[in-house]
Amino acid sequence: MTSLTTIWAEARRNPVMPAVWTLAAGLVAYVFVTGGYLIAVLHFAAIYVVFVTGLNIFMGYAGQVSFGHNAFAAISGYTSAVLTANHGWEPLPAAALGVSGALTCALIVGYPTLRLRGHYLAMATLAIGLIVYEIAVQWQAVTQGYMGISGIPPLGIGRFTVTSDRAILVLLIAFALIGVLAAGGIRRSRLGRAFVAIAGSEDAARALGIDVARYKLIAFLISAFYAAVAGSLFVHAVGFVSPEVYGLHMVVLAFTMLYVGGIGTIAGAALGALVIALLPETVRRFSEYQDLAYGAVLILILIYAPGGLASLSRLWSAKKEGA
Amino acid sequence: MTLLRLDAVTRRFGGLVAVDNVSLEIARSGVTAIIGPNGAGKTTLFNVISGFIAPSAGHVEFAGDDITGLAAEEIAKRGLVRTFQLVQLFENLTVLENVKVGRHLHTKGGLGSALLPHRARTIEAGVETFARDLLNKVGLDAHADTLAGVLPYGQKRLLEIARALAAEPKLLMLDEPAAGLNRGETTRLADLIRRIVTLGVTVLLIEHDMSFVMNIADRLAVLDFGKLIASGTPAEVQRNPDVIAAYLGTMEAAHA
Repeated sequence: MTSLTTIWAEARRNPVMPAVWTLAAGLVAYVFVTGGYLIAVLHFAAIYVVFVTGLNIFMGYAGQVSFGHNAFAAISGYTSAVLTANHGWEPLPAAALGVSGALTCALIVGYPTLRLRGHYLAMATLAIGLIVYEIAVQWQAVTQGYMGISGIPPLGIGRFTVTSDRAILVLLIAFALIGVLAAGGIRRSRLGRAFVAIAGSEDAARALGIDVARYKLIAFLISAFYAAVAGSLFVHAVGFVSPEVYGLHMVVLAFTMLYVGGIGTIAGAALGALVIALLPETVRRFSEYQDLAYGAVLILILIYAPGGLASLSRLWSAKKEGA
Repeated sequence: MTLLRLDAVTRRFGGLVAVDNVSLEIARSGVTAIIGPNGAGKTTLFNVISGFIAPSAGHVEFAGDDITGLAAEEIAKRGLVRTFQLVQLFENLTVLENVKVGRHLHTKGGLGSALLPHRARTIEAGVETFARDLLNKVGLDAHADTLAGVLPYGQKRLLEIARALAAEPKLLMLDEPAAGLNRGETTRLADLIRRIVTLGVTVLLIEHDMSFVMNIADRLAVLDFGKLIASGTPAEVQRNPDVIAAYLGTMEAAHA
């Protein structure tokens, strides 16, 4: 259905999003060629695209709240790190086990808590995040506490490993793209419609035969899967992990990305992750005022695009229709 | 033939008996309206029938099966679909997508078909055709791609009914469908309900607008203080002295 001609027609009608994506692709290409520190920033951005896109399925589509998805990233990331760095496992099976472990944990935690509504669910997820963080700090025999684990090998299969910064960037962007495309597929499917229906009205969804508790759990598991993948990608891309990587800061950052990008939209999560990851680099020139500048930019975005950056294209359409 | 049978259904909230020992049979055809003054227990009765609250006592039988205490989604699966007194749309979905959600029970597809859309292409195409056809029937086809949240109120009501119809119910329960509609919209709603009935769907509705009810209902059931005080054709009910005393008299006065 999405042939090139329909994409072109769409772009002529509303050029905002295509322009934004062209800009993003240009930026990535520029960093790829020039290299340097910005490559590490883009690594970080791509990993967060995966994490935030997953969180968006649970929070944006299904309309639930979770402060605890960092827990699933931590479980999978630490499993990867411990098994590869301390026990000599191959990265791929270690990451696979980490992701399955995180999913199992999400199932055990999600099954009872998703019967809770609103604030109660938020509190329960916050607790999960804090518990996993404390375990990472205290279980020193395995996690080495605040010291963290270093010497984690990069991703790869057998002799073929992804070691150079540029190759890692390509791999991470591939993961990010697959993640965004899959989220788009979900949004347009029967499953995604059921998620958004639950966000709109749980009662109406039930009256149409949607098993609300079951669908909330499915959304929770899908987003936990994204979080777990992001968690493992991080340790193999950076080669180091410590509890702070998956601390409460991760939640705050992901929320900022989600709201700045546009919660509930397919592109918004990815856009927010990219913009928020790059923002500190952009405002760095203000030296001691950089935190102030960072905050000012966030406030400006939320004043002029309260639906997030992805809503700018809707504003464009509205303005055109109004004119 | 009876489609819905209520057998001594009672619902208490603490000391209040909201629905008191109501027994009622709804035949498999036409429009039945439940009327009664505010606080008579109509919406509570609706909630009990549709599984949103459990009865304190009594039984609900639908299409020959005991559905007492089943979850709302289970009851929907059996072909009993309701709307709400305060319109409950999926505001972040488009008008078309809202109706597509109504097809949920008649389609399959989870994560697999979400990630590999070509596998669900025929199903999705069927859903699309069905949904557009329904929007056409209720006159919302021009707004198919509008977000449901921005529709004017009257069209929201229509959309909620279209979405319920997408589930192909045997029994459609409408909680005050004409509330807040202007005269023209009410007339179109009556036409729509008539057409729904000719499709073989039984309609059970709660309504306050008496001229609307008298115009559209084949049978009436009258609740007062949770008790069923009368039932029958509109003409029979209008002659019933209990009803005149409890309800119609005061309502006529209020409308004058």
